[in-house]
Amino acid sequence: MVSGAVFAGCAAGLIAALLHFWFVQPLILAGEQFESGERVHFAAPAGHAHDHGTAADAAAEGAADGAAVAQAAPDAEAEAGHDHSAHEHGTAGHGTGPDIKRDLLTVAFTVLIYVAYAFILVAGFGAATAMGQRVGPLQGLLWGLGGYAAFQLAPALGLPPELPGSVAADLGARQVWWWATAGLTAAGFLLLGYGRKPWAFVLAGAALALPHVIGAPTLGDYFGVAPPELAAAFAARVLGVGLLAWAALGWIAGHFWSRGDGV
Amino acid sequence: MKTMTSVKTLSGSLAQAAGSIMAVMAIGVTLMFVAGHAQSATLHDAAHDMRHATGFPCH
Repeated sequence: MVSGAVFAGCAAGLIAALLHFWFVQPLILAGEQFESGERVHFAAPAGHAHDHGTAADAAAEGAADGAAVAQAAPDAEAEAGHDHSAHEHGTAGHGTGPDIKRDLLTVAFTVLIYVAYAFILVAGFGAATAMGQRVGPLQGLLWGLGGYAAFQLAPALGLPPELPGSVAADLGARQVWWWATAGLTAAGFLLLGYGRKPWAFVLAGAALALPHVIGAPTLGDYFGVAPPELAAAFAARVLGVGLLAWAALGWIAGHFWSRGDGV
Repeated sequence: MKTMTSVKTLSGSLAQAAGSIMAVMAIGVTLMFVAGHAQSATLHDAAHDMRHATGFPCH
């Protein structure tokens, strides 16, 4: 059981890492350029400011927004600041080719997180099997999609994936909401999938809705320094890559589970 | 995972399997917390890009 989970997690993690470097990493690097001030959203191109009055106005407005960030969200800004000053790899990759150490760590941690997901999925397979349910690749795929909904999609409804440079509410509060949303969504999907009584479906609906009725912690205003197009593309690609990698994870884990390999 | 093996082959009770199911679940959740949420500076920096790319609240 454990070795099957490790294998499925590694395979899905490598798929996720491949898709990450294809779709997501370029946007992270671009976001960091805006975060560090190397690029400025709405900045007038050097030497052409006279051609672009509206752009210059917008840049001035952007600078004012920057000041507002420092005043209105000192905690969030300070929090982001301390972490980013600690990033030895922060912008090391820019212009000097890929940052191998940074990228290898990203691959390693992506594999690690998918192994973690795989353990949680396989624990679910164990419970389903003990209750007399068959688990094969098809059921694994459904479990994988459920896991994706619980651990990525539902939390993203309240806390969209953050492009570096985003300013968000207090980290602790967001983490609490994230875990509660993941847990309640997982419980809701299990009740939908395996519940037999009407009350189970009512309870499922309540569990799925509750985190969003309460609402994720937000700042109530927007302080991002990156273009909205970049942040939107980032969020969409993160969710798309997650869907594909979770589908692969569930299918592979279900495949190994049904064959009894690695038990 | 001997317990789990026998439970699978016998399709036995959930109570019998509960111990190993909980253990595997606990390993998964712990790994997820360490890789995705723990705020040690070293861990945060190493896992930074993955955390952003997985939608975890990062900083």
